[in-house]
Amino acid sequence: MSHLIILPVVLPALVAPFILMAIRHHLDLQRIFSVAGTLALVGVAFILAGQAADGDIQVYELGDWRAPFGIVLVLDRLSALMVLLTSLLALAIVLYAIGTGWDKRGHHFHALFQFQLMGVAGAFLTGDAFNLFVFFEVLLIASYGLMIHGGGAERLRAGVQYVVFNLLGSTLFLFALGTIYAVTGTLNMADLAERVSSLSTEDTALIRVGAILLLLVFSIKAAVLPLHFWLPGSYANAPAPVAAFFAIMTKVGAYAILRMYTLVFGPDEPVSKGLVGDWLLPASLLTLAIGMIGVFGARDIAKLVAFAAIGSMGTLMIAISIFTPVSAGAAVYYIMHSTLATAMMFLIADLVIERRGRALQPSLRMPQSGLISAVFFAGAVAMAGMPPLSGFLGKIAVLQASYGVPEQALIWAVILVTSLVAIMGFARAGGIIFWKTLDPQEPDDVSDTDLHTDLTEAKSPIVALPFVACFGLLAGLVALTIFAGPALQYSEATAAQLFDPSSYIDAVLGGAEK
Amino acid sequence: MEILVASSIAVLTACGIYLVLRSHTFPVILGISLLSYAVNIFLFASGRLVQHLPPILNKYGEGSYTDPLPQALVLTAIVISFGMTALVVMIALGAFLSSDEDRIDMNDSPETGDSS
Repeated sequence: MSHLIILPVVLPALVAPFILMAIRHHLDLQRIFSVAGTLALVGVAFILAGQAADGDIQVYELGDWRAPFGIVLVLDRLSALMVLLTSLLALAIVLYAIGTGWDKRGHHFHALFQFQLMGVAGAFLTGDAFNLFVFFEVLLIASYGLMIHGGGAERLRAGVQYVVFNLLGSTLFLFALGTIYAVTGTLNMADLAERVSSLSTEDTALIRVGAILLLLVFSIKAAVLPLHFWLPGSYANAPAPVAAFFAIMTKVGAYAILRMYTLVFGPDEPVSKGLVGDWLLPASLLTLAIGMIGVFGARDIAKLVAFAAIGSMGTLMIAISIFTPVSAGAAVYYIMHSTLATAMMFLIADLVIERRGRALQPSLRMPQSGLISAVFFAGAVAMAGMPPLSGFLGKIAVLQASYGVPEQALIWAVILVTSLVAIMGFARAGGIIFWKTLDPQEPDDVSDTDLHTDLTEAKSPIVALPFVACFGLLAGLVALTIFAGPALQYSEATAAQLFDPSSYIDAVLGGAEK
Repeated sequence: MEILVASSIAVLTACGIYLVLRSHTFPVILGISLLSYAVNIFLFASGRLVQHLPPILNKYGEGSYTDPLPQALVLTAIVISFGMTALVVMIALGAFLSSDEDRIDMNDSPETGDSS
């Protein structure tokens, strides 16, 4: 039993209190330790991903308690990939936050960020449903702090909405877990999978209720359509690096759906047959449509990116809700793409907002306009899913996965039309931001934005670092495109592992008898 | 006893949902508290209701016992919901003091959206 598996949880859990207690008054030291901690996490994640790549499922029993009784952490291809993605994203975001000075606009940015990393990594690694709830709460409570980082009336009010919505989500999560526990008497995911599959078919009313409640909870996290209300307001008002890191939080919801509804409530399980996919697919199609229409209609740059994030979650959820190994492979590839692209767009939006204000209307030409327009263009290409970047390949994979599904015509129509809408939306936004610049001689409402520019110039001492972060994420997208072959192979292998739950169950429960 | 516990959970949940749908933050926070009480009792009841039984197996293996796991779950849930409620009160207070407004909904015109 290797202790490496628990390191992505323990490492941030040690770094965060250290930052909080020992070096709370030294911003430079905080930055150093935060970057170092994140770098170490990247290293650990790479080793873990390497270990998981050969298809072994590793189990870590906390306190050496045997599997259904103690809590287990499980490392398979999907969780290793998600942890790796989280750590790489975190590195880019820490650099961005340092470069733009976001981390000194309030207290404890780095400590909260490390706590959030701990929660996210834990949620990806855990093999226990109640533990999943606990890690959700860890990442949420850190995200509440990060969400209102820097303060401001509007942000605080958005923060209240965000917290209230997520508290309701947590309550629902507990109701779901209570229901499931009442039926099965266990919350270990592998054990749940065994017990659910051995339930007699007359006895399934309650467990089906539990499964649907759980789906609602994860859909709130993943911002699937009727439950997406919280996202635009919260993400648009959150500090930019935080919003960018929230790109992985929606994926936590997607990951949980992918995990629970292949392992426990599998598509071929008599208990849950037709329970999830039939509902999730129309909701995902609507999510995609609303997201991209929102991109077209947004009057505010941050809102535009938030809606783009919803749209990209929609595409991802379509791939997940088809529930075949091929579609799950497409979904895993799209998760990687969507996380990097969404985060990058939030960072770019922040670069733009810092220089010209957030309203999507003509203003003065901003400094470094050329460079920002170049990354904005690349980001828009990625988000809209145009060639040559990985969004295009991801969308093709999703389209291919829906080949032969009864709703194929609908899925293709929605994905292709929304891509067009997204292209138009981004083109409109890019045109207004970068081309429709006001003449500095004209005095109308210039003084306001001018003042804003002066303020932020003074605020950002290290100018190169934000661009390093943006280009780093872009490099990730390019790498996903160039190495699309291996990436897709890994995704397909991941999906194959997901749709063979017996190996997971054997690893968790069988390992106990050794 | 079951009917009493079940109906009290139902009443708490109904009141909680009603309050959560109000438009000011204070009733919403109260609603969340009620909902979290309801869910705590619900979790507790998910291990079946029994009376006068120890939460551990008898070492002679005789007799019944009450399921200890939901009690542990409920303890975790209480701690978390307590902390979260305290946090949301603080954030709501901050929002109220800085904007003189305790409505939970926001108007989202881009002009007022500037907060950076």
